[in-house]
Amino acid sequence: MKQSLLLSVENLVVKRGKVTVLNVNELKVFPGRTLALIGPNGAGKSTLLLTLAGLLPIESGRLYFQSRLMNTSSALAMLRRNIAVVFQEPLLLNMTVEKNVAVGLKFRNLSRAEIKESVDKALAYFGIEHLAKRAAKTLSGGESKRVSLARAFAIKPKVILLDEAFNSLDPPTREAIIDDLQNILQKTKITAVLALHDREETLRLAQDVVVMSEGKIIQQGATAQVFHQPVNEYIANFVGTEVILEGVVKKSQAGLMDVAVNGNIIEAAGEFKTGQKVCCCLRPENITVSKTMPGKISARNVFKGKVIKVLRQAYFYKLTLDCGFILSAYITMPSFDEMNIREGSTLAVSFKATAVHVIKR
Amino acid sequence: MELILQGIIKAFHLLISFDPEVMSITWLSLKISGTATFISLFIGVSIGVAVALNDFFGKRLVISIINTGMGLPPVVVGLFVTIMIWRSGPFGFLEILYTPHAMIIAQAIIATPIVMGISLAAIQNLPPNLRLQILSLGASRLQMVWVLVKESRLPLLAAVMAGFGGVISEIGASIMVGGNIKGYSRVLTTATVMETGKGNFDLAIALGIILLLLAFTINFMLTQIQQRQ
Repeated sequence: MKQSLLLSVENLVVKRGKVTVLNVNELKVFPGRTLALIGPNGAGKSTLLLTLAGLLPIESGRLYFQSRLMNTSSALAMLRRNIAVVFQEPLLLNMTVEKNVAVGLKFRNLSRAEIKESVDKALAYFGIEHLAKRAAKTLSGGESKRVSLARAFAIKPKVILLDEAFNSLDPPTREAIIDDLQNILQKTKITAVLALHDREETLRLAQDVVVMSEGKIIQQGATAQVFHQPVNEYIANFVGTEVILEGVVKKSQAGLMDVAVNGNIIEAAGEFKTGQKVCCCLRPENITVSKTMPGKISARNVFKGKVIKVLRQAYFYKLTLDCGFILSAYITMPSFDEMNIREGSTLAVSFKATAVHVIKR
Repeated sequence: MELILQGIIKAFHLLISFDPEVMSITWLSLKISGTATFISLFIGVSIGVAVALNDFFGKRLVISIINTGMGLPPVVVGLFVTIMIWRSGPFGFLEILYTPHAMIIAQAIIATPIVMGISLAAIQNLPPNLRLQILSLGASRLQMVWVLVKESRLPLLAAVMAGFGGVISEIGASIMVGGNIKGYSRVLTTATVMETGKGNFDLAIALGIILLLLAFTINFMLTQIQQRQ
């Protein structure tokens, strides 16, 4: 059963002093996939990462790596040789960038040529070849982050564990680093577990999501599934009220894309390449519904949709509509009454191309 | 004023002419204090690092004791070592009282807590996750410790300076266990005290200048290394 799993835990309890900080019944990490741990501060994400890395003592329960029970210090040492952890802070050593990236390889007593080859490759992955000879402590925050990522990838780990690695970076730097990381994870197929704080990062990087709260796992599953059915308010807020539709760019021209979603074409503003897998995010307040199909209208997207659910909220209704894909729309109470909407009604649904927020998958 | 001026002039004469007695005293001082610092470096760094990296019952007490030891009065150390190696004492059979060996032991006892305290603080000052980061890159425990020691090389150099500076200028213990025997256990500090007592200010000043120069040179070299980074 554990054959296909890379890492897993059962009935895991970790204590700090006398306080239980982690209590996880089951967690599975599948090879070649990226798993995001999300949850509020203090939910135990970092503790879980460190435990998976074999760096924290386990009070009770079992940790498996490649279906072997990690219960002896030699097993844990073996585990640590197969993983790499990237911490929140870069934790670079007081030496050159090159030597920092080489440090994990030196621990493995590899030959000079092997070390050089792996270091050069890792530096190239993160576009920091030009920094090789620089002293690590003279680097900027973004550069340091890249070096610490390169250092982790240089040892070719079976699993890479990242602890909120993008905090404290300015948005453009963050964006660029996530881009690189996404490409590298896709290219190398290295299994990754990431503690994340941001919805978009999670959507871009992770195929699976684990939601944590107070040291426990309260929801886990495929990213889209977890995002569609948030289990509590924190996750609902984290996910936002947006509808997320997975699709593929079919055409991209002059800032306008055709995105195929479940057999339908949604027009969206943006410039991703044709063939790019994306998520289209739509806010319910940006959706307009009408009784009849509108005539000439500036909205690029008009669909016929069937009301499958009506939910009364404080000052408006939330409609769930099936247009070949599922959408949500908010409408005010007077509009709702005037249009005489019922579950089962068929409506015209329209939204602008600029209302579609497209995220690279 | 005349006295001081004459003293300084004669002192420089002694220095420039490489007076054999002055040179041998200087050389012995360097040998004894250098060896003592070297020994204290081994013991101090290893115990300091071990205490910093392990959690155990009574750790705070141990750290307090080490920190107190950083200000150990040399005369107390001298007294203690003298009793230990006194003819009828527990280590009397070694017959090392009034020898340079006894001085090395006493000076090492003075320097060790200084080195230990500074290396302990240096390791504790490293980012808490650094240990885990190094282990997670596949380091063995020994490799991890080595990386941490290398990471704190700057404060460790400061520890060497402080330890060496402490023992080369120390007099209480040296005179008690060494006995200030001419040509055998006479070092810069003990000689300075004696020559001052005898009224030989020129020699005393010369010895004082050498002591200062020595301390300055060693610290200058170590600072060069430290600041190069």
